[in-house]
Amino acid sequence: MSVHRPQGLALFDHAILARAAIDAVKKLDPRQLVRNPVMFATALVAVVASVLTARGGEHLGVMIQISVWLWFTVLFANFAEAIAEGRGKAQAASLRKTKTEAAAKQVTSTDAATFQTIPAQRLRAGDLVVCEAGDVIPGDGDVVAGIATVDESAITGESAPVIRESGGDRSAVTGGTRVVSDRIVVQITVNPGESFLDRMITLVEGAKRQKTPNEIALTILLVGMTLIFLFVVATLPVFASYSGAVVPVVFLAALFVTLIPTTIGGLLSAIGIAGMDRLVKFNVIAKSGRAVEAAGDIDVLLLDKTGTITLGARQAAEFLPLAEVNERDLAEAAFLSSLADETPEGKSIVTLARTRFGLAEPDRGGMSFVPFTAQTRMSGVNMNGGSWGGVMTAVSEIRKGASDAITNYVAERSGRMPGGGPKELNQLVERVAKSGGTPLVVARDGRPLGVIHLKDIIKPGIRERFATLRAMGIKTVMVTGDNPLTAAAIAAEAGVDDFLAEATPEKKLELIREYQQGGRLVAMCGDGSNDAPALAQADVGVAMNTGTQAAREAGNMVDLESDPTKLIEIVMIGKQLLMSRGALTTFSIANDVAKYFAIIPALFLAAYPQLQALNVMHLASPQSAVLSAIIFNALIIIALIPLALKGVRYRPAGAEALLKRNLLVYGLGGLGVPFVGIKLIDLAVAALGLA
Amino acid sequence: MDANGILQILLYVALIVALTPLAGGYMARLYEGKLTWLAWIERLVYRLCGTSADREQHWTGYALSLLAFNLVGALALYGLQRLQGWLPMNPAGMAAVPADLAFNTAVSFTTNTNWQAYGGETTMSYLTQMAGLSVQNFVSAATGMVVAVVLIRGFARQSARSVGNFTVDLTRTVLYLLLPICVVGALALVWLGVPQNLSPYIEATTLEGAKQVIAQGPVASQMMIKHLGTNGGGFFNVNAAHPYENPNAVTNLIHMVAIFVLGAGLTNTFGRMVGDTRQGWAILAAMGLLFLAGIGITAWADAAGNPALAALGVDQALSPWQAGGNMEGKEVRFGIALSALFATITTAASCGAVIAMHDSLMPLAGLAPMVNMMLGEVVVGGVGAGFYGMLIFVILSVFIAGLMVGRTPEYVGKKIEAREMKLAVIVILVFPIGILGLGALALLTGPEAITAPGPHGLSQLLYAYTSATANNGSAFAGFGANTVLHNTLLGLAMLLGRFMVIVPTLAIAGAVAAKKAVPPSSGTLPTHGWLFVGLLVSVVLVVGGLTFFPVIALGPVVEHLSLASGTLF
Repeated sequence: MSVHRPQGLALFDHAILARAAIDAVKKLDPRQLVRNPVMFATALVAVVASVLTARGGEHLGVMIQISVWLWFTVLFANFAEAIAEGRGKAQAASLRKTKTEAAAKQVTSTDAATFQTIPAQRLRAGDLVVCEAGDVIPGDGDVVAGIATVDESAITGESAPVIRESGGDRSAVTGGTRVVSDRIVVQITVNPGESFLDRMITLVEGAKRQKTPNEIALTILLVGMTLIFLFVVATLPVFASYSGAVVPVVFLAALFVTLIPTTIGGLLSAIGIAGMDRLVKFNVIAKSGRAVEAAGDIDVLLLDKTGTITLGARQAAEFLPLAEVNERDLAEAAFLSSLADETPEGKSIVTLARTRFGLAEPDRGGMSFVPFTAQTRMSGVNMNGGSWGGVMTAVSEIRKGASDAITNYVAERSGRMPGGGPKELNQLVERVAKSGGTPLVVARDGRPLGVIHLKDIIKPGIRERFATLRAMGIKTVMVTGDNPLTAAAIAAEAGVDDFLAEATPEKKLELIREYQQGGRLVAMCGDGSNDAPALAQADVGVAMNTGTQAAREAGNMVDLESDPTKLIEIVMIGKQLLMSRGALTTFSIANDVAKYFAIIPALFLAAYPQLQALNVMHLASPQSAVLSAIIFNALIIIALIPLALKGVRYRPAGAEALLKRNLLVYGLGGLGVPFVGIKLIDLAVAALGLA
Repeated sequence: MDANGILQILLYVALIVALTPLAGGYMARLYEGKLTWLAWIERLVYRLCGTSADREQHWTGYALSLLAFNLVGALALYGLQRLQGWLPMNPAGMAAVPADLAFNTAVSFTTNTNWQAYGGETTMSYLTQMAGLSVQNFVSAATGMVVAVVLIRGFARQSARSVGNFTVDLTRTVLYLLLPICVVGALALVWLGVPQNLSPYIEATTLEGAKQVIAQGPVASQMMIKHLGTNGGGFFNVNAAHPYENPNAVTNLIHMVAIFVLGAGLTNTFGRMVGDTRQGWAILAAMGLLFLAGIGITAWADAAGNPALAALGVDQALSPWQAGGNMEGKEVRFGIALSALFATITTAASCGAVIAMHDSLMPLAGLAPMVNMMLGEVVVGGVGAGFYGMLIFVILSVFIAGLMVGRTPEYVGKKIEAREMKLAVIVILVFPIGILGLGALALLTGPEAITAPGPHGLSQLLYAYTSATANNGSAFAGFGANTVLHNTLLGLAMLLGRFMVIVPTLAIAGAVAAKKAVPPSSGTLPTHGWLFVGLLVSVVLVVGGLTFFPVIALGPVVEHLSLASGTLF
């Protein structure tokens, strides 16, 4: 499953890079640095090294270079964060463009007939505004009166306008979208600065970003490692002087900074911001980083049947004639009765009849169509004679509808039953229902002909996606209003693990609680107001943008494109975020082995020439060894920025396979890469005569 | 090393693997409260202590009880040493132990370290040995066990507030586990020739006509718990190298098996109590790999002999007439393989009993035991302590690896979050603080205790502070530790290494016990396969290795490289 990027930026945009370079320097502000303990420690060490260098001493040239590279280490980390922020801001800005200085027509009379024009920022939650054709909706809110078509392309990228109306599940409107036709009264639901867009923008801006739970835990580990190495380096002069070695403090500073996990420390916040950014690219807005992280932990996915697992409409799959009836006659009757039926089901009957029997388009002159009504629960056609394929058709009356409606109709007309009578018909009807389909009975002139099998069409490829989810350890549960029989059949066909039939919002909420009691994390999506409690209860609740304001408030993410299958991608983005952190942590720690082999022999060679045996990389001199290690340590941050921004490659698979791959790439890779890297830098340093 | 040596090592490993499920099953029944054959004594003890056996404690209450119990134990032991001159059962007329040494020894025995800055037969009265040291041998071992059990309960329980009752756990450990094995074991040792008496020391005339005082005492009873409880505090100064402590091959095997049996068994107890014995075997496998690596290095380095002697033309080859290799500081009856095996076991398991002098091991052969301790005594480890120490590393491994599979890390169903990380980090900080911090302080303030020149001198000091922090108790005996400074600093290292690990561990137990368990799925990081075993071993080695690589380089590594190039100090 590839992660497609609908409106992706180039990985490195020139404007963003230039901006990030400036921000990297600005971020040297201690108040900002202190948020990142590893980098704060690095900066402190850089200060100490600079002061000592300024006082001069032996190896001054190397000391100056080390101090410079220490500062570069901090700057590179700041740069990584600034790039991620810059990209996030660019994403947000493209969304924010919609938040132009809109004027709002605030309602001043109870009947919404009169209004005054005020700037949109002055609106408060609860205010009523009028939006007419051509107006930009001034803020997030609910339609309380009227119906209108709204162009939401600014947010969703979808060019076709959508209907928004009061009541029901399509009442929510988003600030920045434009009314195309008609007039609606909108009740504003958020204060300025608190809309989804605003929240999202804060999330991608580093300064205000809240650390997520896993990020906090990881930071604790990194601080712990930093403290360990503080003890290692701070006590080293004592052990060294016993051994008769004198170690310059600047070299110790270099050792300390190369050992502490600067790689992950420098990239940690960039990874987090980039993760949010990937969501925005998917047109999903998360209300918190915590929710994105939780998405990676999801154990159970609740998916609505209609629209997610199956195509919205059912389709005719086969004609099942009664024993005495010719299948072609049934198909003809079904075809004629559906010609004027504009529903997807009706169209699919026409298509099926055409492809099966090559039926020609009849002359509609002699036909009068009977539309579906809630009273008759049938539709059909009355043939008053006309030509069809050059042949005059007989006068007749064709009806199709639910089994009981047609049975009543037939009984009313005559009660004459062909073949095995109603029993055979009932068997056909039951057979279709059991297989998960919907039976439609067709009758001509009061005589049942057979059954059309309307089938829920499983979305192509969805079965494979569920198999993928299963491999990832995620259980899929289909939620449907169908009866258990039908639900079971569709569930089996779609390959979901479980289903909730005859679902009501209460049952859904109950199910989520049940899973959570068992220690599982549940994700779901929903749009209606009655979904709100379940959305709030779920660990990851994705509200559809087309849904009600209540649903959008209850969920912790909003999908601007209102595509329920996106849950799967959201889970993957969450996992990728955690994996990127883990992989770079492993890489960072594994790097230390090589750095030791570079620096330790270099520090003590004067006292113990035998330690040359540990100089496995055959670095040119002690000075160049220390310098090469610190240069590698700084450059690796820059080299890994693209990985931090893109996230490590994620291929859905079981945990074992993922672990094996990542341990191999980032664990063993982390052991090996610095040996090569430091050696190459050492060659360059020696060649340039830098040390 | 010859085939005989390898065979003995393999026999030992096979015995431990075979005993693990037996010991593990017995302990699981014990700590699940299913053993009741001594219930009447239990009830008596609880009545005396005023404890109600079915009232469980929150982890904080448990920790307070444990700390209070250990404090009282240490004070009692301190008092006993200071007053032994006036107390009975002192046929050799031992005087009061000096204050600093008494402090060091009291801490040493309550922390299950059994670092001995004294010679037993020349310092301690029989009463001190029996009522002081032996008692602490039992209860300090039991303290380690109960902490491990609480941690196991933490992972086994769900949404629980309490983790057990300290008095009950401690009583049951001593009553059902330590005492029965020690009674049987001590009798076996007596039968095999270990003395058990309260006689005065015997004066003997040697063949050369010299007079020699031969120390006596209740040795057998202390021997069994000394190894079973991974205490390691010898009755005699030369510890298990003394023929009275360890008369023959059978007693030696009993000692070695006793050191590992409970620690290895706990992995199985854990597996049983969390309902998946594979989890326990995976931990044991990781311990086993580290153990085999240690014994391999020690045995290989010592069997290779001393290049400096080889340069003088000394024949160090293995032959029917000599054991071969580096035999300095070793008993001829034990030879290279058994000495290396015992050295590895005793340092892997935080025991500290020795049958050979570690100070005389070849540099790399001495490095392996030191590294065993620096890694946190997690290679089987001290009773209880090794297991909970290893679980801290498991938590670290699971955290790093768990992120790499794209989920909040979890272990046997429990999520590892910020709180657990914070506590685990406190634990892994103990070793740098104790070994590097206190070690550096000791080097600055008391370098005169070092008796060897050059890098080996640094190794002596390093070994002492490592041994104390890791609560091991073995020593590079050349180090003159019995000074006010080192007695105090080493005492601090022991306290740090014991309680700064125990309290966070109990807190972790409390935190995970309160969590719901997440049922495993294919998205869950598998923690029972070889992949995880390899990962765990790597994390243990990397965390320990990264912390101590510089000092190791200045100590044993330089010593080895120098020796190889013919440089002596």
